[in-house]
Amino acid sequence: MIFMKRILLASTVAMAFAGYANAADLTVGFSQIGSESGWRAAETSVSKIEAKKRGIDLKIADAQQKQENQIKAIRGFIAQGVDAIFIAPVVATGWDTVLAEAKEAKIPVILLDRTIETTNDDLYLTAVTSDTVHEGKVAGEWLAKAVAGKDCKVVELQGTVGSSPAINRKKGFEEGIASASNIKITRSQTGDFTRSKGKEVMEGFLKAESGGKNICALYAHNDDMAVGAIQAIKEAGLKPGKDILVVSVDAVPDIFTAMSEGEANATVELTPNMAGPAFDALKAFKDSGKAPPKWIQTESKLYTQADDPKKVYEEKKGLGY
Amino acid sequence: MSRLNTAALTKAMPQLLSLMLILFLNYLAFPGFFEIRLQDGRLFGSLIDVLNRGAPVIILAIGMTAVIASRGVDLSVGAVMAISGALAATMTVSGYPVPIVILAALGAGLLCGLWNGILVAYFDLQPIVATLILMVAGRGIAQLITEGSIVTFNEPGLIFFGTGSFAGIPMPILIAALLLTLAIAVVRRTALGLLIESIGINRSASSYAGLNSKLLLLVIYAFCGVCAALAGIIIAADIRGADANNAGLWLELDAILAVVVGGTSLFGGRFSILMSALGAVIIQAMNTGILLSGFPPEYNLILKALVIIVILLAQSFSSLGGWAFLKGEFRSKGANRQ
Repeated sequence: MIFMKRILLASTVAMAFAGYANAADLTVGFSQIGSESGWRAAETSVSKIEAKKRGIDLKIADAQQKQENQIKAIRGFIAQGVDAIFIAPVVATGWDTVLAEAKEAKIPVILLDRTIETTNDDLYLTAVTSDTVHEGKVAGEWLAKAVAGKDCKVVELQGTVGSSPAINRKKGFEEGIASASNIKITRSQTGDFTRSKGKEVMEGFLKAESGGKNICALYAHNDDMAVGAIQAIKEAGLKPGKDILVVSVDAVPDIFTAMSEGEANATVELTPNMAGPAFDALKAFKDSGKAPPKWIQTESKLYTQADDPKKVYEEKKGLGY
Repeated sequence: MSRLNTAALTKAMPQLLSLMLILFLNYLAFPGFFEIRLQDGRLFGSLIDVLNRGAPVIILAIGMTAVIASRGVDLSVGAVMAISGALAATMTVSGYPVPIVILAALGAGLLCGLWNGILVAYFDLQPIVATLILMVAGRGIAQLITEGSIVTFNEPGLIFFGTGSFAGIPMPILIAALLLTLAIAVVRRTALGLLIESIGINRSASSYAGLNSKLLLLVIYAFCGVCAALAGIIIAADIRGADANNAGLWLELDAILAVVVGGTSLFGGRFSILMSALGAVIIQAMNTGILLSGFPPEYNLILKALVIIVILLAQSFSSLGGWAFLKGEFRSKGANRQ
């Protein structure tokens, strides 16, 4: 047993030295949630790419959607003496103890993609997240511009009932179209963020709005539901993208295929590149010692058919979405 | 024969009445509910949606009925759907021809079913625990096959199973109807149905009577696995992609509910595949109705639960002889007055 421990210790030390010898001036531990979705897989692979670009040694621990695994991984990183810890927290609460341990070890912690609830904001350096309300707003503003004052009845495919992206993307979209009185949301149902539910619910919408002739646009809280809905629109004998405008959020590769075929109109990107801005903030903090703002908002970029969707598809295809 | 039919019809009364009531409520919520037209050579309308969307659960319920009649339950069907869909999609993307893809996906379902069957029949694990293993692990297997992403395909041969049509009837409906006819014929035209009921009522007595109950259980679970795989192919073909995280998620519960709504007892024994299919249609009619009604999505689950409670209460009332009791009360009171 002692022998085993020695070997482990030796190899850890060796690894640590290897890390430093590798001209990598920084070692960062990243506690990732797990493989819950394609987006999550893309986030992991983009994090690796961004780390490589900067010559940072990134150690990724997969928590398989369990907080206790994340806490174990963080303690492991503290023991290894990494220069910083990134966490994509699986839940919002219960982080205070382990983050206090990291603080005691003087290791800065950066939250990626999600935030936490804590009484002490000093426990983490900053949080890099997307503003999901803003995403909805960008989508709404695009639609307001696209229909340019014409009357437009919108059907909405919501995400999972009660989930924060569903609540916020709905709120943001409503803000985006608030100044356009010509645009009205006539039907809104949940499609559970999935393709098959998106298709089924859209079939219902099409029937309920006299075969879809009353529907001018579809807003889906994610691309997957939009992809399902596009098929339902086609099966009803209408042209998605022309008869019914399609705007959604996420920017996963499949929606770019639909856009290149003219079947979807716009998508708002939830960027998988959360680590890039985090690395930059970390580097600035290490160099100048000045703490970054508590929240770094990632860009919610709008893609339309004019943005060469075929090329974007090729770029995104390999990221593991 | 006609007396038998009337008896069967009386027994099916609560389900038929609930279906009619739900369809009528759908009609009230949306007057165009019963309109059907041809769209691109394919029947198109809300009623068709009910059957088309209900087809996967009907297919699951066919297999599930046999399992439940043997006093078992199969919690893994949703995960098996995800596995077969994932396999079909990834093999199609790698360029295998459609017949081989279908056979492989069905074969995967068969293997899963055999696994469950061996655990239940030969290792005497309780069905709920035995199939729970695959329910959890199966989704992981599906995620391994798709590597966590949604695998999208464009092979018309495979898509045909989800969105194609024959003589105007959508393929999922056709497949479900075919399987239903076949299953009922096999179960009722042979002694198989009787044998399933007998091991459901008393497995050891059946074994003593010379029935190879282990083999029969194995076959039942294998059949249920194949049904799940078929449903998995249909839903993957329908959305032209395999979503390992969400395909068939919680559908095992819908399938069990369909069987229960159809009147088959969870304690095994007497069963009716046709009534389970009817149960699946009732559930889907309700789902479609909720989508058409325009209620906010927060009410979906509450509405569903309310309707199901009413159906099950009506059923229990009727099986306790409630209607006959009421009728008798009414008559005797009338007689007293005279």
